[in-house]
Amino acid sequence: MTATTATAGLNRPGTWLRRRTGGLAPSGWAAVAVLAIVVLISFVGPYLIHTDPNAVDLSSAYYAPSAAHPFGQDASGRDILARLIFGGRTALIGPFLVVAASTVVGTVLALAAVWFGGWFDAVVVRVIDAIFAFPGLLLAILATALFGAGLPAAIVALSISYIPYIARVVRSAALRERSLPYVAALRVQGVRGSMISLRHILPNVASLIVANATLAFGFALIDLAALSFIGLGVQPPTADWGAMVGQGMAGILQQQPAESIYASVLIVITVGAANLLGDRLTERSEARA
Amino acid sequence: MSAPLLQVEGLTKSFGRGQFESLVVDGVGFELHAGGSLGIVGESGSGKTTTARMLIGLERPTAGRITLDGEDHTHPARSVKALRARGRQIQIVFQDPYTSLDRRQRIGDCLAEVLRVHFRLGRAEVGARVRELGQLVGLDERQLRALPKALSGGQRQRVAIARALAADPKIVILDEAVSALDVSIQAQILNLLADIRERKGVSYLFISHDLAVIRQITDHTIVMRHGKVVEAGPTAQVLDNPTHPYTRLLRDSVPRADWTPGAHAATEPQEQAR
Repeated sequence: MTATTATAGLNRPGTWLRRRTGGLAPSGWAAVAVLAIVVLISFVGPYLIHTDPNAVDLSSAYYAPSAAHPFGQDASGRDILARLIFGGRTALIGPFLVVAASTVVGTVLALAAVWFGGWFDAVVVRVIDAIFAFPGLLLAILATALFGAGLPAAIVALSISYIPYIARVVRSAALRERSLPYVAALRVQGVRGSMISLRHILPNVASLIVANATLAFGFALIDLAALSFIGLGVQPPTADWGAMVGQGMAGILQQQPAESIYASVLIVITVGAANLLGDRLTERSEARA
Repeated sequence: MSAPLLQVEGLTKSFGRGQFESLVVDGVGFELHAGGSLGIVGESGSGKTTTARMLIGLERPTAGRITLDGEDHTHPARSVKALRARGRQIQIVFQDPYTSLDRRQRIGDCLAEVLRVHFRLGRAEVGARVRELGQLVGLDERQLRALPKALSGGQRQRVAIARALAADPKIVILDEAVSALDVSIQAQILNLLADIRERKGVSYLFISHDLAVIRQITDHTIVMRHGKVVEAGPTAQVLDNPTHPYTRLLRDSVPRADWTPGAHAATEPQEQAR
């Protein structure tokens, strides 16, 4: 904070690089690069390739890679590369919606709980604990049982079950922030609680929110892929990584594991990068706190 | 003399209940006249800060009365409107200059925000008032554009003073406002405060454990111990001819050339029967 920490920082390895790179460690930037490539391929790719991911050709089932089909063909003779590219879009949009919804709701809930305190805070904490008690996947399975299999029900259910992860972290950080004298100073000036929460407390805990949302993205991707894998998420014939792993299972028994392997590798790479970036962002926000 | 600006009677605050109840402020009473400067001295835990927090409305008194300019201020304001009205009457500067500013807000924005809360001003007027406040406390344009981390403790405390003065309050509470600063910076800030008092006619309630500081900035002083006022009067009289043994102890605890800590620890006065 003062000159002492500034000089201490000079002796820390990598400080120069970190300062030049927004305080994020090199591995964090590597994760950003991986995610950027995955996002680019998934969202721009579909416009660049001319192969229909849903074109069935049963006569060429499990065909090995060829010039026309670089990654080979699946059990129905569909082009695996095209399905991976189109599948990325579904695989990424789902967790993004989950994270967006749970982050907004969780943050607002936590900030309100911290500001009003008292019984309201106690109720919010209890509700959060109650949601925490339900495994997200189980809640999503329940939702698909009630509202029918498919992405919408799964996304809504997972959004609810991810609220506690964000709300908990934001609440504890905001609680610390609220106890600082500057908040008391704003209060005695007559600044509205909503203004203090949104314009002062929120920006000061924002880096932590971003870090946790990134981590949650990885977990949500796995959960949604798992749901699609067991057939409750994305419905055929729509391409999706999780669903491809599941559909490719039959091929594994016939010595044709390509579809499952390619899709699994993409899931692992994406989730790994999201987790790595989330960890680096958490470190950065802790270093700056 | 006219009616006091601030009148405090039998102010009491206890925390906890039943066997865990502890009386932090116990029947404190004092008066502060317009343009006056009142010091509250006492050791850590004597209830000085709790008294300040009750005056500013951050804490609800268990008993007693606070009257400011004829209005009852005993209980904290509830509505935003009432909070703002009180904000224009009484303000506070906290001890720690590092946590009393939002680390993500530029100094000028911090002052502008407070000005917009209290007055309907256009952009240019806000800018002019911010520069004016900066001048009053000795902050230049560059510092007004800076984030708090670019400023020293003394400069930050100037910002906190400017923020407290933004709404033109009648009273500013300075809760150990110079205790976290170097002695030379302390002197600068004390001079600044004396200067502002002269120019603006604002009254100070100066809370400190430092007798030298109290002597420099206040006309009247009360001495608090265990939540009670043990001595009150004009500052010079209280500090030069203390009648209460605790005040004498406080005064004699200030290190001097021939000072030995042991001698004073031994003469710790026993709890006075009152």
